[in-house]
Amino acid sequence: MSDAWRDAEDYEGHERHERYAEGAGEGEEVVPAQGGPGIPGGPEDDGPAQDGSGNDQPVNDGSGNGGSVNDDGMHGGPDDPGGGGTANSGPVSGDGEPPRIPMPRASVEDTGRPLPELDAAESQAVPLVLEHRVLKALLGAWALAACSAAETAAVEEHLGECGACADEALRLRGAVGLLHPVEPLDLDPGLRTRVLTSSFDRRPPRIPVPEWATPYDAETARLDALLQDIGDAEWHAPVRLRWFEGDGPTSRRTTVAGVIAHLLTVDGLVAAALGLDDPLTGEAAKAMTPASRTEAYWNSSHFPPTRSIRSPWRDQSHNIVRTVSFTGGSTGKLAVSYGDFELPLHDAMLDRAFECWVHAGDIAEAVDYPYGPPSPRYLNRMIDLAARMLPVVLAERRRHGLASPGGGRHLVGVGEPGRSLRLEIEGHGGGEWLIALDSPGAVGSAEREVAHIALDGVEFCHLAAGHVSPEEAAAGQLGDREAIRDVLFATASLSRM
Amino acid sequence: MATKDAPPRWDRKMQQRLARGEAAALGELYDRFASLVHSLAHRVLGDERAADGITREVFAHVWEHPDAYDPKQGPLRSWVAALTHRLAVQRLRATETVALAHSGEGSTEELERKVRRASVAARADYIVTSMPAPLRAALELAYFQRRDYRQTAVDLGVTEDEARRRLRLGLQLLSTAHDSGAPPGAGGRA
Repeated sequence: MSDAWRDAEDYEGHERHERYAEGAGEGEEVVPAQGGPGIPGGPEDDGPAQDGSGNDQPVNDGSGNGGSVNDDGMHGGPDDPGGGGTANSGPVSGDGEPPRIPMPRASVEDTGRPLPELDAAESQAVPLVLEHRVLKALLGAWALAACSAAETAAVEEHLGECGACADEALRLRGAVGLLHPVEPLDLDPGLRTRVLTSSFDRRPPRIPVPEWATPYDAETARLDALLQDIGDAEWHAPVRLRWFEGDGPTSRRTTVAGVIAHLLTVDGLVAAALGLDDPLTGEAAKAMTPASRTEAYWNSSHFPPTRSIRSPWRDQSHNIVRTVSFTGGSTGKLAVSYGDFELPLHDAMLDRAFECWVHAGDIAEAVDYPYGPPSPRYLNRMIDLAARMLPVVLAERRRHGLASPGGGRHLVGVGEPGRSLRLEIEGHGGGEWLIALDSPGAVGSAEREVAHIALDGVEFCHLAAGHVSPEEAAAGQLGDREAIRDVLFATASLSRM
Repeated sequence: MATKDAPPRWDRKMQQRLARGEAAALGELYDRFASLVHSLAHRVLGDERAADGITREVFAHVWEHPDAYDPKQGPLRSWVAALTHRLAVQRLRATETVALAHSGEGSTEELERKVRRASVAARADYIVTSMPAPLRAALELAYFQRRDYRQTAVDLGVTEDEARRRLRLGLQLLSTAHDSGAPPGAGGRA
């Protein structure tokens, strides 16, 4: 391992153990690889700081921040007609010995007299007299052109006399050239799947992630990558959660962090079913529906959630994926309770993947980031889940008088073909589904098709998420109007907080 | 990532899980290091697709050879960074060599200079992302915001002494990017 990789890491370690503060406390050299002070550079002829003008001002990469140093013309720069040694880009060491000029021991500080005002010193162009120790400590600021003009002059004067400092100055100036803005990097969201797939082709996993858990794995990773990019303040950006209740839209105000808390608590239903820790504790854990759990969590703290919520949410989602990998196919049928209904685990995971995408979209909208739909393969499965849930929801709504009483007029036995609506989903992830209209037990039937709707896959998902109203959903419609209305409203009613 | 300063325990467990053939572990490894790997590869190669390719190589390599990483030798993060650096520099040298042979323009010295420059730049990036946050913040203010060290001290709420110290220390760390002439030795065999 190279020193470079290791040094930075070691440093991280220092900070963790709070040795960072003491280890570097006195401004001593902390970088072992640094050129030792034994080979001082000794500019004798055109030394950089002999006359205070032979040294380029801190030029680095042309970003122009070196300019602040010579604003007042205290020392030379490219435009300085007096600057002789402009060919040097820094305090370059010569071959000879440094001039044996003793350190200025009698510093102002040692005399006990008050220090001169910096401004006064500058205006009178009185050279600052600083100790070696002080000058050395200034080298970083000097290299970054972040000192006063008087300090800059004092440092450069010193560099002509002190080989150790001249070496370090050169080295630090070189380091400044390595700084550059971090370009915002958007990883292709599909890269994760490609990386995993090609790795597993080379060495098949002994403990794979079950097929039905992969959409959840991918969607949580995608949201996490979005969260990584957003700033502290954006975690408090307002978000309006929207869904359908009964036959009308409803909404609830929260923040980006509040949305993650919502995902954490509802994913917690899956975690709890798997025997993992429930993020809700005490009284709050008695709440069972997604909305009541979320409210309980929000209310359990006096302070609104912050970005610190990211880590528990992410850890839990990783744990869920990991746990279902170990329990394998056997847990797929395990029931996950949502309070007023249940889903088998594999559908619950798909539902959580869907919710993760929907709320990631809410967050992305709130912080003005682009966010695309899931990969077509996963989108298709999400639509399939909704299509499979529709007959149950239709029956439920009928019981509550929210859908036309089709069941009364068209009795269908379990497993028999019933009146059906053809749901045609266009675009990536699309397909066709026959929705049995009259009974959850009936089988969708092409022969008994009474209506046909066609809409885009993402539009359908927006409808199922309660983000588009059934009246406004851009759907091509053909056939029984009542059946179409029932199915569109039932789709919207799949949504919840 | 959310837990950048993970304890070595995470590194050890991750290695065990990878060795066990746990697919979910590779996903977690990707979630933690993909942006590091991709950005280092991109710094060396300057090309999105090439960086994607290196990212695939790095994770596939770790997956195929989980035992190549020895937790006693240091953090997984720096091992992954060194592996990325090595593979990316290899790739750059290979493509540049082909280009040189093809066009006949330029020299091997220029090629080596270019490779070295890219290599140092990537190492510098890594050092900046890995250095303690207080040092990074000071450099950020002094360099990108063009604040002098007194203003930097005020912005950070520290003494001027401390601001000077952080700037110097930050640059000292950064300057080690130049130190390794050869590609980093760690990172396992490709």
